[in-house]
Amino acid sequence: MSKVNLIIGREYWTRVKTKTFLLTTFLAPIGIALFYAVLIFLMTRGSDKTKSIAIIDNAGLTENIELKKNNLVFDLSNQSLEELKEKYKAGQVDGIIELPPLDSTQAKYDIIYHADKTLAIDETSTIERMFRKPIRNFKMEAFGFEQSQLDKVETDIGISPQTINDTEKELSSITNLVSSGLGMAVGMLLFLVIMIFGTQVMRGVNEEKLNRIVEVLISSVKPIELMLGKVIGIGLVGLTQFAIWGILGLILSVGAMAFFGYDAGIGDMASNEMAADAMANPELQSKMSNVLKELMSINWAIILPLYLVYFLLGYVMYASIFAAVGAAAGDDVNEAQSLTTVVMVPLAAAFYIAISAAQSPDSTLAVWASIIPFTAPVVMPVRLASGPPAWQIILSVVLCVLFVLFLVWLAARIYRVGIMMYGKKASFKEIGKWILYKD
Amino acid sequence: MNILSVRNVVKRYEKHTAVNDVSFNIPKGKIFGMLGPNGAGKTSLIRMITSITKADQGEILIDGEPLNALHPMQIGYLPEERGLYKKMKVGEQLLYLARLKGLSQKDARQKLNHWLEKFQITDWWNKKVGELSKGMQQKVQFIACVVHDPKLMILDEPFSGLDPINTNLIKDEIYEMNAKGKSIIFSTHRMEQVEQICEEIVLMNQGSVILEGNVKSIKNDFREDKFELEFDGHFPKDMLGESFQLLKDDETSCLIQANEGHDSNELLKGLMDRNIKINSFKEVLPSLNDIFIKKVGESNE
Repeated sequence: MSKVNLIIGREYWTRVKTKTFLLTTFLAPIGIALFYAVLIFLMTRGSDKTKSIAIIDNAGLTENIELKKNNLVFDLSNQSLEELKEKYKAGQVDGIIELPPLDSTQAKYDIIYHADKTLAIDETSTIERMFRKPIRNFKMEAFGFEQSQLDKVETDIGISPQTINDTEKELSSITNLVSSGLGMAVGMLLFLVIMIFGTQVMRGVNEEKLNRIVEVLISSVKPIELMLGKVIGIGLVGLTQFAIWGILGLILSVGAMAFFGYDAGIGDMASNEMAADAMANPELQSKMSNVLKELMSINWAIILPLYLVYFLLGYVMYASIFAAVGAAAGDDVNEAQSLTTVVMVPLAAAFYIAISAAQSPDSTLAVWASIIPFTAPVVMPVRLASGPPAWQIILSVVLCVLFVLFLVWLAARIYRVGIMMYGKKASFKEIGKWILYKD
Repeated sequence: MNILSVRNVVKRYEKHTAVNDVSFNIPKGKIFGMLGPNGAGKTSLIRMITSITKADQGEILIDGEPLNALHPMQIGYLPEERGLYKKMKVGEQLLYLARLKGLSQKDARQKLNHWLEKFQITDWWNKKVGELSKGMQQKVQFIACVVHDPKLMILDEPFSGLDPINTNLIKDEIYEMNAKGKSIIFSTHRMEQVEQICEEIVLMNQGSVILEGNVKSIKNDFREDKFELEFDGHFPKDMLGESFQLLKDDETSCLIQANEGHDSNELLKGLMDRNIKINSFKEVLPSLNDIFIKKVGESNE
């Protein structure tokens, strides 16, 4: 056992002490934050260049229209098409919209756009949206509705959940939204982490094989000790990174709660200056505080340890297959790639199922995928926030544990042969035989 | 007492038998040569001795005990294909390998300091292995092989890639350790090195032992009654014929083959009777290289 500790120690410290580790640990969250900041910035900013567009209104739809929408500026001067075409040639307008007369019996209405360049997709939808309501009002009036009735046509629909058996539990309309968002985030993180650290295991094993140090190592320790040491050591690197991110995340979320004034003991902090800005936007503030309230209502004491359990199960499951692949593959990149597909296919399937499970956590697909071991470590955590039945969680964990034990055994058998096998192409048939080799 | 006994060991792989019923003993404190052409089964056998693989049949005894989990700690193995972690520092790496062999941190550090000083490479401690030349890496690997003070060392082509100075350095280490009573198995194709270094050899081909024993007695067994003579004048032709053949005749020396039933005494007597002044006389024994080629050729037929 002490030798496994030595191996774990080497695998851990040679990775944690590198600059790459420090960079990824501290820069990755900053990088992700920056990515979202840029994304939000781009989305709110829209197109940069203003376009001036003349409208010829033959349908009477421009009465209450806004003259400036996003980057589009409208000219309602109602000149003739010929005059406007001259203006277009002179570069005074960027395009001409012609609204043909409207027929209330027609289901389709084509607006004509005169210009040598088509509109951008967001511009097209802006214009479509702009005329949707006037057209509907026009048709409604044509059918004999009055303005006062028209105002009441629009209804804001919400679904207010009420529990039947569990009277303690308080549900709100955003419960699903929050648990689905949380599930999505956790599922994605697990997928990424399993892939990143699993690949590291594979590369580490393959490096030892190719630079032949493995022969010296195997003359001191058993192959399975070497393999487990590597898997555990690299897993600990992953946990370390998680822990650091967790602490950073906690600091940030405490900051966020203070900012948006959630009143669970830290509510007093809401009175500070920073919160004052948020107060200026009461709608946003109430939304955020609802989300925080939902987050706080989740049973973290059960969910967090389960996340950890599934991370460990998923990681060991895939890392051992990655280790076997690294041991089987030679220095041929193509060979390694074709072997990697064995791992990547179930992992990618788990990821896609996780996305759908985030939206409908109780669908048949989500339930089964969260029980079947190959996909469970990614899919079940996605469902956890929405509170799946306990039997499903227990069954899933038990099956995963059994499956992990089986996979570690299987991977170790491939590993011990593959790591000493040089120059022979590792086909799947060949690897199948290795499993049956005696020591 | 034998440090290593190999008894009827068989190792089969899918399509061929790598080691086929091999038996031999290595007495304690000897430098033992394990020879054979490529694919003879040497590496397969070494891997069984170092517990990397298990024998299908037969048994391997270390110091009289069947191979067990503690034996790898008493064996030092320098594989033919050298390998170290390129990105790790020399010191960390040696420390790690020494501790895997069961040394404590303190012990390992102490012993490593001793070896680094001995090889005058103490300033390499913080260098990454990848920065060292191939020959320098060999030295590091050699230290990794001997640092835990093994009682049996298995050196597979220990001099490949080394310059003459470092070859001598390692050779001296081998002699020194042997003088301290360590047993050494030396595997190589380089016959002149075997002749210099080894006392006993085993010659393998196609998975079987085809020759074993003391280097001197093997050479004696293969003596062909050839003699080299230096004297003034030419070899008297009347002595040739039934008794002797002249294989080579230079101005000052010649190579004589004694035929069946005739020996060196007869040769010397004949020359002395003819009053020829002999300057030197020696028996020419076949080189291990010749024996190797002859035996392997025979066994391949």
